[in-house]
Amino acid sequence: MFQLLKRHFSRYTADMVAQVTGCPRETFLQVAETVLANSGRERTTAWAYAVGWTQHTYGPQMIGCCALLQLLLGNIGRPGGGIMALRGHASIQGSTDIPTLYHSIHGYMPAPSALKKHSTLADYLVAEAQPTSYWANMPAFLVSYLKSMYGAAATANNDFGYAWHPKVIGDHSHMPMFVAMAEGRVKGMMCIGQNPATSLNASVERQGLRRLEWLVVKDNFLTETAAFWYKAPEVERGEIHPADIQTEVFFFPSAQVAELEGSFTNTQRMLQWHFKAADPPGDCRSDPWFTYQLGKRLKERYASSTLPRDQGFNNLIWDYEPDQAPSIPGEPDVLKILKEINGYATATGRHLSGFSELKDDGSTTCASWIYAGVFPAPDKNLAARKEPDPPGVMGAHLNWGWAWPANRRVLYNRASADLQGQPWSERKKWVWWDGQRWVGYDVPDFALTKAPDAPGEPDGIGLAALSGRQPFIMKPDGVGWLFVPSGLQDGPLPTHYEPAETPVQNPLYRQQNSPVLKHWQRDDNRLVAVGDPRYPYVITTYRLTEHYLAGAMSRWNPWLTELMPELFIELSPELAQERGIANLDWVKISTPRGAIKAKALVTRRLRPFTIAGKRVHQVGMPWHWGWQGVVTGDVVNELTALVGDPNVSIHEGKAFVCNVERA
Amino acid sequence: MMAEAMGFYTDTTVCIGCKACEVACKEWNQLPAANGGVRELSGNSYDNTRRLDGIHWRHVTFVEQFSADRRDGRWLMMSDVCKHCVQAGCLEVCPTGAIIRTEFDTVVIQSNVCNGCRDCIAACPFGVIEINPASGTAQKCTLCYDRLQHGLEPACAKACPTDSIQFGPIRELRERAQARVQQLHERGEARAYLYGADPTFLGGLNAFYLLVDRPEVYGLPSNPKLPTRNLAFSALWSTLGAVALGLFGLFSLRTRRDAVAPDETSNGTSDEGAHHV
Repeated sequence: MFQLLKRHFSRYTADMVAQVTGCPRETFLQVAETVLANSGRERTTAWAYAVGWTQHTYGPQMIGCCALLQLLLGNIGRPGGGIMALRGHASIQGSTDIPTLYHSIHGYMPAPSALKKHSTLADYLVAEAQPTSYWANMPAFLVSYLKSMYGAAATANNDFGYAWHPKVIGDHSHMPMFVAMAEGRVKGMMCIGQNPATSLNASVERQGLRRLEWLVVKDNFLTETAAFWYKAPEVERGEIHPADIQTEVFFFPSAQVAELEGSFTNTQRMLQWHFKAADPPGDCRSDPWFTYQLGKRLKERYASSTLPRDQGFNNLIWDYEPDQAPSIPGEPDVLKILKEINGYATATGRHLSGFSELKDDGSTTCASWIYAGVFPAPDKNLAARKEPDPPGVMGAHLNWGWAWPANRRVLYNRASADLQGQPWSERKKWVWWDGQRWVGYDVPDFALTKAPDAPGEPDGIGLAALSGRQPFIMKPDGVGWLFVPSGLQDGPLPTHYEPAETPVQNPLYRQQNSPVLKHWQRDDNRLVAVGDPRYPYVITTYRLTEHYLAGAMSRWNPWLTELMPELFIELSPELAQERGIANLDWVKISTPRGAIKAKALVTRRLRPFTIAGKRVHQVGMPWHWGWQGVVTGDVVNELTALVGDPNVSIHEGKAFVCNVERA
Repeated sequence: MMAEAMGFYTDTTVCIGCKACEVACKEWNQLPAANGGVRELSGNSYDNTRRLDGIHWRHVTFVEQFSADRRDGRWLMMSDVCKHCVQAGCLEVCPTGAIIRTEFDTVVIQSNVCNGCRDCIAACPFGVIEINPASGTAQKCTLCYDRLQHGLEPACAKACPTDSIQFGPIRELRERAQARVQQLHERGEARAYLYGADPTFLGGLNAFYLLVDRPEVYGLPSNPKLPTRNLAFSALWSTLGAVALGLFGLFSLRTRRDAVAPDETSNGTSDEGAHHV
């Protein structure tokens, strides 16, 4: 495998890196040498990335490549190693653990699908569980999850209510949902803390909103999405008249984070509890309040139905009523929600201490197996702990918050010891074999008493199949994967593709871009052909520290808006001169999808670079503006296209092409 | 009773330009945004605050520096604030006694005593003070005097995510800052030095900085002077001028007296008067 890997990457030379990226060869080599020198027994390198790596039609290729590099350098499972995804939102990690994603259910189990052989519980488990690795326990995880959904109604005789669980019927990610909406195939939308009126290829998304029968917006302020029907650019231009829009729009004012209790999960998988500082003003309500009340009302509406499809609602367990009257009437008891997530003995209600207690016979109830152990007793919410290790004492701060799984701070940490179980070095000591068991600063991520020289059982189930030298216990073969034989849509080894729009041909392959990228073919979603002179410049989009996402939490705050008041485009002095643009001039930026205006910020931080032998200009734009709020500006997403990565359906906001001219 | 001198040490090499200090300052001190938050883009890097004034008591300066071929570059950032000078010009010139030195050796304008005369604005060698339009009085950083009195650190230092702004006893801060300069020198950043950490000017600054370029690059004067120092100088000129004028008067009167002597000697007062001119 290693030889295959070497052959595959043999063409990825330093010169090729310079050709493809425009990064000078010496700079690349300096970075490479630094990383190499900082990886070994005594030192480890960590990589931290944000959506600059993610938002491409080939994002997982880059992140997978980094994982591969870290495996080769020995930077996985060790303190100061790993790959950190710096998330774009406070609890993005939490929202994939307890997912708001369409394609998975709690704890990274695939969502039951009508398109796979998932007809019965047994079918699902045959298709998804793995006989070896810790995933062999999936039956216990899934049955405990179904018990958390359907309670006493879920029994062994009815597959624990598996048939009542919703199944996905296709790609329900953001972009295809809005395309479907624009085609009139979606009736209604609950929009909570999201601002699609300013999102990808924004005019298409607003077409979608105009085709809805109803739209519920729950947010802190009247966002662009709440106001799309009377103040969007096409309305201002007179192309669309509010009277012609049939969508009924409901607005629910939202509580802010300091006005409710709950947890955040950060990129280290650490849950940290936050407490309520004040009651929300007026009719503003928390998301738990809204969701709980909505569920109660829906259950009432379905109560008399005998249709099989409605039995999921009728059997849904939905009891989070506080034991004492809350200060806001109707607010659920979030600790009851946490208890359901943590898990309890079905018969007695005793809190579970961890996922090793989970059973596949219905005797345990647990919404999210990876979170089991966060709330092991009614008076022990471990996410609320705020006790750091004393200064100067080596440790993993195990009493600060709680990290899944099992309060482990570094995953696969058996790899912090050598094959004999001894630390690679005193300096990087983390978890080791003391002759009897695995011990250390962290919670060992391994069978506690499996000796380093213990062989795997050839016919063993679960961890029994793995030897004492195989740290990657979630993988069926117990080793880190240099080659990814399954699970990815776009190939087993990371490969360079050009973005969907680019000024150059792929210098490495005849295949220009990802052959499986998602592109929704519409007249209003056209892509620019390679080298089209009408759109010669590369554009990238990003965020500023002063603003948050589409602005709902920042463009209404004068203390923030005065710091970054107006939309701007950053461009190099060379491009400014070429296009006759002076600092602070109004500039028109256009793509086949739309055109916007912004003020020029001419800066030497941007400079032309040479890719594939061609001199290319790049411009950059922050994307926080819209037509609502204290400060307003054009929507940068009028420019973007509905193109996505084949694995996770993320858009390509970091690299596409445009034209720039003086307005 | 004078407690130990307290202040800020700002290590500009770790400032990331997030402006959390500016917002934390405004939130704690309830300062309004300029024009309700609606302003024009300055066009000067990421700085839209522009300068310290009566409603901006913290200001992050951004300086983009590049070599000719742009292979080398750096983006300097510095959170600026009132220097709480040991010899404070504003305090010396304030005619109402509104500006006081606190038990923490910091300099605070008492808004209820200030009459808005603007003398302190002209007297500050750093351009820190301005009139806050909401109160009509001169205002600037108080080093969160109210928080200090309750044992809390100032809001900006509390909010700073990289500890670029550090608060503490000046003596300790100076030691820490010296060690940091040493560390930077050892790591090859020979340009690092401290600005205002010793009594070279104004008796020392209770808000001092670690810089990696000339003070002017950050908008700081390289040799700030007390207005009273200028005053002493101009006072000398005034005295000399007065003497010159006196002598001129004396001579002209004497000349005149000489001319009119026959008439004036009779009242016997002219000589006396002339001497008193």
